[in-house]
Amino acid sequence: MSDTVLKGVALNKFYTQRTGNLGLTTRTIRALDNVSLELKHGKTLAVVGESGSGKSTLARCLLQLQPLDSGDVWFKGRHLNELDAAELRRQRRFLQMIFQDPFASLNPRMRVGEIVEEGLLIHQLGNAQQRQDKVVQMLQRVGLSADDMRKYPHQFSGGQRQRIGIARALVVEPSVVVCDEPVSALDVSIQAQILLLLKELQREMSLSYLFITHDLRIVRHIADDMMVLKQGQVIEAGAVEQIYTNPQQSYTQNLLMAIPGRQRQHS
Amino acid sequence: MRKVIANPLALAGLLIISLILLLALLAPWIAPYDPNAIDVKAILLPPSMQHWMGTDALGRDIWSRMLFGARISLLVGIVAVGIATSIGIVLGAVAGYYRGWVDTIMMRLVDIMLSIPTFFLILAVIAFLTPSIWNIMIVIGLTSWMGVTRLVRAEFLSLRNREFVLASQTLGAKDFRLIFIHLLPNSLTPIIVSSVLGVASAVLVESGLSFLGLGVQAPQASWGNILTDGKEYIQFAWWLSLFPGLAILITVLGYNLLGEGLRDALDPRSQ
Repeated sequence: MSDTVLKGVALNKFYTQRTGNLGLTTRTIRALDNVSLELKHGKTLAVVGESGSGKSTLARCLLQLQPLDSGDVWFKGRHLNELDAAELRRQRRFLQMIFQDPFASLNPRMRVGEIVEEGLLIHQLGNAQQRQDKVVQMLQRVGLSADDMRKYPHQFSGGQRQRIGIARALVVEPSVVVCDEPVSALDVSIQAQILLLLKELQREMSLSYLFITHDLRIVRHIADDMMVLKQGQVIEAGAVEQIYTNPQQSYTQNLLMAIPGRQRQHS
Repeated sequence: MRKVIANPLALAGLLIISLILLLALLAPWIAPYDPNAIDVKAILLPPSMQHWMGTDALGRDIWSRMLFGARISLLVGIVAVGIATSIGIVLGAVAGYYRGWVDTIMMRLVDIMLSIPTFFLILAVIAFLTPSIWNIMIVIGLTSWMGVTRLVRAEFLSLRNREFVLASQTLGAKDFRLIFIHLLPNSLTPIIVSSVLGVASAVLVESGLSFLGLGVQAPQASWGNILTDGKEYIQFAWWLSLFPGLAILITVLGYNLLGEGLRDALDPRSQ
């Protein structure tokens, strides 16, 4: 399809672990086992799975933060895992990430203004004044104020910090954003606000999201397509509505049955 | 800074070090005598109003010599630790950032250096060089970087996969930016603590070398060589050995208190 922005083909990633007496025997953990995926322009693909299913490994391998053992990643026709270091750094601008832990994802020694400006600085986008204006604009768009630029991350709540993380990722105008459990560390009331913000921004900036989560309640609200991951393998993939109404695999059925409040809705 | 002052240990250390630094800096103005002036009419006088800490076998005023000796001790401590910390940061950063075989080679080098008793290595090196204050600083610096290297490497290894570092990498940052903007500023606390503790041990090594006659050479005063001069008269002129010994003790104690206090005050787990 021509409107595919990010494509992963037959991705494999193994970890070997020494086990047993004296570490003589080794055990191979398949973090990604022949995973393929396609993210379409302006759409959201949810990656669902329990802890240890390889969701975060998938995110990091797609963004070339970890090397793959085999497989290919294509971004808008560019072979991402074959690019040289300088070209990869240039392309990184268009592939951003929003992290899970809003307390670990901001450098505690940098001011919020510096954190958000970093991407503009790295890619030399605009002069100092233009960068400054852009940062203020972005902060205001995610619901913070211009005065917050001079503050440090520890002066903000979890939800506000996540907004800073979103501003940092989006200020460079990326086309693909990998959201690695962006709301799972937040209070439920804050979760809805952040999800809403992400949806609005997606429409305004025509972003494509790869949305990693273990929370199936969220998927239906935010995603168009979804894939279910278990022990590094894709169990089921397809449109969200189709999988919710007619799951093919028993594992997916069990996951859906386990959503809190679901039985009550149906009775 | 407020936390340092609120910590009684750190505050005590800070006051001791500040006082000694002040005395050393002001030595030419507050010393009552020329530290090298020989006075044959005032040999081996006990402490009195004229000579607060007495005089030595050549009639030199011990208090004045102590003040000028403080300059040497503190200078050696600070410069030697400066050299060691700089080497340690560079090697530790490279090992912790690039990992792999670079890390393996560097850590084996650290192990080799640590397996050699430092003081004897310094003795051996100094024996071949002309003993001078500059040689001592350089040699102490070149033989005490291993602790900092390990510390910086460990910090880098644990910070390298933190999300804010990955975020910067995702934005397209180069190694230089990741190291100097993100990793190093967040590793500073343990580096500062270990440097302060390092000064204490460098002061001790310098005093030891001067005591053995391989350090600062006469007539220039250092706490170590005042102590050496005193040892022959220790039975009837206790003041020659007591005061330099006390000065070394108090300085080392001060640096240790400050270092330990800083560790407690700056440890994020104690906040």
